[in-house]
Amino acid sequence: MIRNPRASRDLASAAVAPSVPAAEALIRLRGVSKHFDGQQVLQDVDLEIAAGRILTLIGPSGCGKTTLVRIALGLLAPDGGRVERRAGLRIGYMPQKLAIDPTLPLTVGRFLRLAERDAGRCRAALAETGSAALWERPVRALSGGETQRVLLARALLRRPDVLVLDEPVQGVDVGGQEALYKLIGELRQRLGCGILLVSHDLHLVMAATDEVVCLNHHVCCHGTPRQVTRDPAFVALFGDRTAWYAHDHDHSHS
Amino acid sequence: MSLDFLHWAVLAGLGLAVLAGPLGSLMVWQRLAYFGDTLAHGALLGAAAGLWWQLGSGTAILLTGLVLAALLLALERSRLLPADTLLGILSHSALALGLVALALTPGARVNMEALLFGDLLTITPAEVAGIWALAALGLAALGRYWNALVALTVQEDLARVEGIRVDALRAGHRLLLAAVVAVGIKAVGALLITALLLVPAAAARRLARSPEQMAIAASILAALAVGAGLGASWWLDTPVGPSVVMAATLLFVATLAHRPA
Repeated sequence: MIRNPRASRDLASAAVAPSVPAAEALIRLRGVSKHFDGQQVLQDVDLEIAAGRILTLIGPSGCGKTTLVRIALGLLAPDGGRVERRAGLRIGYMPQKLAIDPTLPLTVGRFLRLAERDAGRCRAALAETGSAALWERPVRALSGGETQRVLLARALLRRPDVLVLDEPVQGVDVGGQEALYKLIGELRQRLGCGILLVSHDLHLVMAATDEVVCLNHHVCCHGTPRQVTRDPAFVALFGDRTAWYAHDHDHSHS
Repeated sequence: MSLDFLHWAVLAGLGLAVLAGPLGSLMVWQRLAYFGDTLAHGALLGAAAGLWWQLGSGTAILLTGLVLAALLLALERSRLLPADTLLGILSHSALALGLVALALTPGARVNMEALLFGDLLTITPAEVAGIWALAALGLAALGRYWNALVALTVQEDLARVEGIRVDALRAGHRLLLAAVVAVGIKAVGALLITALLLVPAAAARRLARSPEQMAIAASILAALAVGAGLGASWWLDTPVGPSVVMAATLLFVATLAHRPA
């Protein structure tokens, strides 16, 4: 699915025997490259988002994650390579931040109705993210976790085939992060949509992810979380996390 | 002066006030105050162009404003310089070029005071009709695209992904703003037109709980300011434009006592 000449030697086995049967491709990037001011940000990147699967894009900050996501969303044109989206594809996008000018009075309800006229559907989407009580609240008065849930509700209003979540747990406390990832996993089950998740670390994302792509301007390595954490390219970027991830959670910490 | 003139002045002011609410609110949210100022400064260049090519000054100012707005949009998209630097360059060079062009125009007789501070009391019925035609057109367009305009103000990327044609909408909004600034110059003048858009909207912020409430409240406050300013001008013989802006500022100060919703 994902090809990079540098990584193919290490991950040949992973590429030949994918752990999950191939699903319908919703967004497919082929050999995408992009540079800004002569600086190569992305080089020959392949990426495929499939229905019902969670693909996590990780990499250090400044590695080109956000640029890649913007290209996948169609917000930015690549310099080279191809971007294919299935015809009529509906994308639900959860941006990293929501910076609303203090002069703009906006409640959560009105924020959702920007995307959908039907207030009933908006309330239902908000309830689906467990935040029905936030309807009347000004958007600027929300905490980090509440903001992320409201953004997720807005993405759901699109009845998305693909959810693109850019650092969805940013500014959320650790307990909230776990709850949010749990919610994302549930949504994938219920909606059957493909999910592209961006994270600067594998921490917590592991359990919910089918496939990981490790990016540092090019695709360093890819595969299941377990494969990736053992990959030399990943270890070089993030250090050895095998011990951390190898233990199985057969009990919960509550 | 007969009371007849006052009727036309009130009608013209109200036409501008209706537009000033939603456009002023968008101006505050998108931080376009400097953009408005730049367009207003361009009016001087417009007046000079009107003399050179023997157009009516109203038509020439409108055309100059539209060209300037299109130029600003193109430069902004090129990301050549930060937007405020670009505006600063264009604003002051348009003003300077206008003044130089006026000085070089043989026999130029421009009522500089009217251009800078407005002269609502000499407005003609034809000009009032023009203002209301623009108001009708502008309100229809704003009504049709209001939700999309608020959406692109709140989060542009999200609006784009949701299928809103952000670039076309932004261009339309800026051109409408340019037209309103050009037409409004007759009423309150190049130096004060941005204030008529901005101050009522800023005052309305503290009274509103939604974007729509803010736009409507701003229109009402702008209408009150126009009425009060004209009244002051009529009874106290003060200049119209500054009186209108003073009234708007007093309303703004009054809303400061109100806790924001």
